[in-house]
Amino acid sequence: MDSGPAPDGASRNDDVNHSCISMTYITGVGLTSYGKHEGLTSLDLMSKAAELAIADAGLKRGEIDGILCGYSTVSPHIMLATVFAEHFGIRPAYAHAVQVGGATGLAMTMLAHHLAEAGVVKHVLVVGGENRLTGQSRDASILALAQVGHPDYEVPLGPTIPAYYGLVASRYMHEYGVTEADLAEFAVLMRKHALTHPGAQFHEPITVADVLASKPVASPMKLLDCCPVSDGGAAFIVSREPTNAARVKVRGCAQAHTHQHVTAAPALSELGAEISIAKAKQAAGVAISDVRYAAVYDSFTITLAMLLEDLGLAKRGEAAARVRAGYFSRGGEMPLNTHGGLLSYGHCGVGGAMAHLVETHLQMTGRAGNRQVGDASLALLHGDGGVLSSHVSMFLERL
Amino acid sequence: MAKPADWTTGVEAILYQSCASCGKPQYFRRGFCASCGATGLAEKRASGKGTVYATSIVMRAATPETRAHVPYNIVLVDTEEGFRMMAHGVNDLAIGDRVSARFTEFAGRLVPYFEKLI
Repeated sequence: MDSGPAPDGASRNDDVNHSCISMTYITGVGLTSYGKHEGLTSLDLMSKAAELAIADAGLKRGEIDGILCGYSTVSPHIMLATVFAEHFGIRPAYAHAVQVGGATGLAMTMLAHHLAEAGVVKHVLVVGGENRLTGQSRDASILALAQVGHPDYEVPLGPTIPAYYGLVASRYMHEYGVTEADLAEFAVLMRKHALTHPGAQFHEPITVADVLASKPVASPMKLLDCCPVSDGGAAFIVSREPTNAARVKVRGCAQAHTHQHVTAAPALSELGAEISIAKAKQAAGVAISDVRYAAVYDSFTITLAMLLEDLGLAKRGEAAARVRAGYFSRGGEMPLNTHGGLLSYGHCGVGGAMAHLVETHLQMTGRAGNRQVGDASLALLHGDGGVLSSHVSMFLERL
Repeated sequence: MAKPADWTTGVEAILYQSCASCGKPQYFRRGFCASCGATGLAEKRASGKGTVYATSIVMRAATPETRAHVPYNIVLVDTEEGFRMMAHGVNDLAIGDRVSARFTEFAGRLVPYFEKLI
């Protein structure tokens, strides 16, 4: 936030030259539709998104001097960034992959921010994409993802990702009195938002009753409490200097990693989201009351409910009441995931949560069309990887 | 490290490690204490008694072998010895239930299976 005029001779706390807070910009974004992209590979989807982001930034391929990419469960490779660079036809000065599950997109953005800030590179392409839906069976997806569990002490028990989050949900509901009908509200909200985005995977409206009646997957998670498996790609450019009229600045960010396996997770009140948001607020010099738009990881309804409360966007056990009151709706006080989130725009792996940042950028630059919110001048983004294991919180500010 | 003689290797036992230096129990086996870094941990056999911390009944499994067991209850249990573990349990277990472990076969493996203590 603007800290107002500084006294003569004093530097403002958001001064460009300030040693702690410096400038990098998200200069371009690119996003494919999510759902089925029959016949396209992970590299194809990454390329599509990268091309859109580079064009959006008004850059040429040759001006990209850094590449950060995620991973593909369909086409695993020990050097995906250079595989992609060769495929895409650029020779960056800096390139590697980053892997922190669902938090990968924001972790890459944070790294790109620091690389640009340090002068290592001028324009970093951050890209993720995967043909996760059509490139492998749904069983293969579920099985691959369950491997985030402990190989000796968890995986032999046959848990799935919905079961890991089902465990967390059962405890959260027990401690804070949250109900399945409360959780269903988040699925309904994300679907409502997806209805207005042509790129979203789902375009049929759903009700709380539909969510409650949907097929049980791993209690208390039912099918409509879970994000889908999708094909898709997302990309953005993080630059040291603006390249166009967009002035979306990375204001501050932080991470926290408390555990990998749900068996080793700390108590609900000590999870990483609370640690990372506290550090990010300090790094950015902002308060939650300054935030005008929220983009929060929503792999399951419970994930979104917990994170909103961990981040301070709702009191404990009260996020669902805020959904019902319209607080997180497009016209509400804190518009949330206006593209439909992972739950209804779709989830293609690393690209999944990157769509949240793309949508945030469109909102901040007034380009969200029929989804445009009134004021998205300061946004809070949060990503979660594993089973609430890895967290990245980030504030973006429109200058 | 030699392989543990516990359910992860097909033996009907739940083992854990206890740190002589800081006293912390640890379930995921390794050559040092993850809390303080000390080596020379004592290997102990757990009583199999504990309290249910969380539950999730799996209805949609990912392999033919596990699908044959659906629905099965994945539980997190806080053991009497002070560590948390994942296991299977009776389908109607509730958070806070006092439980005791026996062992059962699941998808070709031996797994701990918790039942309510009466």
